[in-house]
Amino acid sequence: MIEAVGLTKRYGDKTAVYNLSFQVRPGAVTGFLGPNGSGKSTTMRMILGLDNPTAGHVTIGGYPYRMLPNAARQVGALLDAKAVHGGRSARNHLLSLAQLSGIPARRVDEVLGVVGLHEVARRRSKGFSLGMGQRLGIAAALLGDPQVLLFDEPVNGLDPEGILWVRNLMKSLAAEGRTVFVSSHLMSEMALTADHLIVIGRGQLLSDMSVKDFISANSADFARVRTPDTEPRQREKLSAALTGAGARVLPEQDGALRVTGLPLPRVSDIAHEAGVRLWELSPHQASLEEAYMRMTQGVVDYRSTTDQREGFHEPLPPGTQPPVPVPGQGQPGWYAPPPPGQGGPHPAAAPGVPQAPAGPYGAPGASGAVPGAPVAPAANPYARPVPRPGREAAADAPPAVAATAAPAATPAVPAGPAGSDVTKPEDAR
Amino acid sequence: MSTPQPPTQPAAPAGEAAPGAAHPAFPYPAPGPAYPGYTSPIPVVRTHFGHALASEWTKIKSVRSTMWTLGVFVLLVVGVGLLTGLVVTSTESDLSGESALSLGFFGLLLGSMCVITLGVLTTASEYGTGMIRTTMVACPSRGRVLLAKALVFFLVAFAVTLLSTTVVAFLHVAMLKGNNAGDPTGNEWLKATLGISLYIALLGTLSLAVGSVVRHSAGAITLMIGAVLAPLVVAMFMFSSSLEDVRTVLFEYSIPNQLSVFYANSLGTSGPSGWDPLWIMTGLTAVVLGGAFVLLGRRDV
Repeated sequence: MIEAVGLTKRYGDKTAVYNLSFQVRPGAVTGFLGPNGSGKSTTMRMILGLDNPTAGHVTIGGYPYRMLPNAARQVGALLDAKAVHGGRSARNHLLSLAQLSGIPARRVDEVLGVVGLHEVARRRSKGFSLGMGQRLGIAAALLGDPQVLLFDEPVNGLDPEGILWVRNLMKSLAAEGRTVFVSSHLMSEMALTADHLIVIGRGQLLSDMSVKDFISANSADFARVRTPDTEPRQREKLSAALTGAGARVLPEQDGALRVTGLPLPRVSDIAHEAGVRLWELSPHQASLEEAYMRMTQGVVDYRSTTDQREGFHEPLPPGTQPPVPVPGQGQPGWYAPPPPGQGGPHPAAAPGVPQAPAGPYGAPGASGAVPGAPVAPAANPYARPVPRPGREAAADAPPAVAATAAPAATPAVPAGPAGSDVTKPEDAR
Repeated sequence: MSTPQPPTQPAAPAGEAAPGAAHPAFPYPAPGPAYPGYTSPIPVVRTHFGHALASEWTKIKSVRSTMWTLGVFVLLVVGVGLLTGLVVTSTESDLSGESALSLGFFGLLLGSMCVITLGVLTTASEYGTGMIRTTMVACPSRGRVLLAKALVFFLVAFAVTLLSTTVVAFLHVAMLKGNNAGDPTGNEWLKATLGISLYIALLGTLSLAVGSVVRHSAGAITLMIGAVLAPLVVAMFMFSSSLEDVRTVLFEYSIPNQLSVFYANSLGTSGPSGWDPLWIMTGLTAVVLGGAFVLLGRRDV
């Protein structure tokens, strides 16, 4: 059991992690997600006692890491596959770690076999590929046969066989009753491996719930509509008609339309009334990736923009359509159509406070930041003194409700993307 | 999984957890029954300093830089010692009663650079490669790791230096019998073998501590070589008579001069003499190692 309470880490004036509280329970694989620079690795380092928290604490089985008796026998960690001395052979590397923790030397050969490195055990790890380094790191984590395991990006650089192996390894470790905490960027992998998700953005907790709840709370199901390819006019006509009926319509790359905000029968009726034939009308359930994108897009620090090659373009010949961008390329609103029943902009993104979503922390932050408020409201670098609607009255609840409050607050999430409609800074780029 | 359980503890007030404090004071919940679910069949032993020593011994002998630096060290000490001996015998110089042991100085002065390099690499290379994080996760008692490193390195450096200096001492005494060299006394023998070996091993341990503080191999090696050479070089350019005293102190307490004290051919007469350099180096190493110990416990890895 890993328990973090009010965990905060500042480097100078940069806050890497702010008031993070969560629990990781045994017997399940808990995924740890967040965009680049959101504080995942910092949190992992604090759990392992490598970094001292600026405030708050994190314990494993009731002890801070550095007070754990026989830490290596209780906790195993893969932090960074390259955290080895390249001049040392794989076997000697593991042997030195085993000796340090009082683990019998034959355990070293055992774990080398488990990760499939026994044939290169006596080779210097400098020559290892990324995947082999990853296996060596996993071997080090398994060395003490610990109850708690932390893996930071375990499948980085692994081949498909290795990915499958890691996935099954995580599941079997959890099935043995161990606590398994895995950070990853690979959503498809997380969807298959994790039972529970902890999502952070800009160092704050965004969500702490099971994978199933996460997807249903953060995805907007949409309808894919395809009009005859041969008649582009029909597509425009339908698009206008649907928009007029209150739907949100986004063109897809292959010419289909992504429609949200209207039930399928209604889409069909509108098409019929407009006299447009349909080639496809299909319901679409969002994946974990889409749910994740929707939740975190307000807190992404490093976002790509469209490569415009300004001034290098030949003027488009008259009559041709500009190409439809690929999802995610300079199209921040892509993953976040307003969920059904919430068509209008969220109160938090009302025109009166257009800076809220544009600020460093959008509406998802408000839900995540809420538990922090009672501790040090003035110190919260992300909190904006914007007048909050009544719903936010719950904000002053004690931190004890942090975790339970998160699911309840999730309807606020779409406000971030909806807000970007108001300002449209990135669309204009 | 169902709805997450709320944390049972309220967050500690901000003032309670001072930045930099390793463990903010707060009441930990009594550790309940160990983990539900999984217990390892591998017996759990209580780790101690001996485990860390075994681990550091494995580490130091399993990297090539150890073999290289110590190999070059032996080569320099014995090789240069042999050469100086040959030069003196072939030119038939008259040592006029001076001890033959004093010729060992030149090889050792060069060789000390190798010991400094290895000392720095023992700690700083773990930072360069990221290995330190793996080590500190395996053993959160950081001070134990540092002390084990220092002790293992000290013993290795001492053993190798003692071996090479003893070989060179015997060589010189045997070679220079015909050059009117004085018979070394027992104390001179001790200083030229045991004394100088302890001094060099301590100098290496000082470098190890500096490596742990600086956490960067090249930086720490530069710093240490500078510390060895700079006082002499600086003193050389102090022409002004008002700086005469400073200049003398720099000369006499510079590391090369301290080394030469073990061979009784010091640059001055007022500075350290006898076994003094050993005490100076012991004190200096203890202070820096203590600083490294404290810093290691406080800093983020």
